[in-house]
Amino acid sequence: MTEPMFRTPLRRVRGLGAARSGTGHFWHQRVTSVAGVLLTVALIVIVISLLGRSHAAAVQILGSPLIAILMLLFIINTAYHMWLGMQEIILDYVHEDKWKFLALMSNTFFVSVVGLASAFAILKLSFGV
Amino acid sequence: MADYEARTSSGARRPRPISPHLQIYRPMLTMVMSIVHRITGSALYFGMLLLAWWLIAAASGPNAYANVEWFMGSLIGQLILFGYTWALLHHMLGGIRHLVWDTLHGFDPADREWMTVATLVGSIGLTVALWVVGYLAMGGPR
Repeated sequence: MTEPMFRTPLRRVRGLGAARSGTGHFWHQRVTSVAGVLLTVALIVIVISLLGRSHAAAVQILGSPLIAILMLLFIINTAYHMWLGMQEIILDYVHEDKWKFLALMSNTFFVSVVGLASAFAILKLSFGV
Repeated sequence: MADYEARTSSGARRPRPISPHLQIYRPMLTMVMSIVHRITGSALYFGMLLLAWWLIAAASGPNAYANVEWFMGSLIGQLILFGYTWALLHHMLGGIRHLVWDTLHGFDPADREWMTVATLVGSIGLTVALWVVGYLAMGGPR
């Protein structure tokens, strides 16, 4: 028996597929890429403005609220974007379960450590001590 | 891995037929750019270590910061930073191209070809331009 014509594929997506997340991965990659374009431009401007400056001046600039907020946004957005991207690469190329899960875990560990360390550095520069 | 072998009626192993893959196609610019997008993405992934090192050093103190500045100023450091700049810009422009494609525009042979060339020319041009700006910001020729 064929389905009535007015039923859209949405009905089938309600279950959100085997991963139960539907197109979430794709969409999050896109959202973070759009944000990434803007934040990368901000990062480039910040880095160029810091070139050749002393440590004291760099600390003052990186710790100022506006710059620190932009840097934190860049770090958080990039961490999520690169976690999604590396996950996709791993799932494309690593097929043996043992290595696949090892790689997926390593991806999460790497992104957590690099992201948290970078964010912590910015927070310390902002709040001092 | 799936088992790509089957047995003939006599029991001998026979490889399963595998569909043709990358090796039979002539490399094209769009195809090369597709893999370069992944390669630059992976490079930037590990390049985030540099950003983390730089920020942690800045938060740690003048000595740690001086170490980073020494490394970034060395020949190998400059080469890594130059490559990092290009990878970042190329991945960004390539990403914008993918966002355009997500809107179902730019799939004509002519469109996708010029967009691909623009990504490459743009990333190289912007990298050189940024380094000139950076060089001048450092005080220019001394």
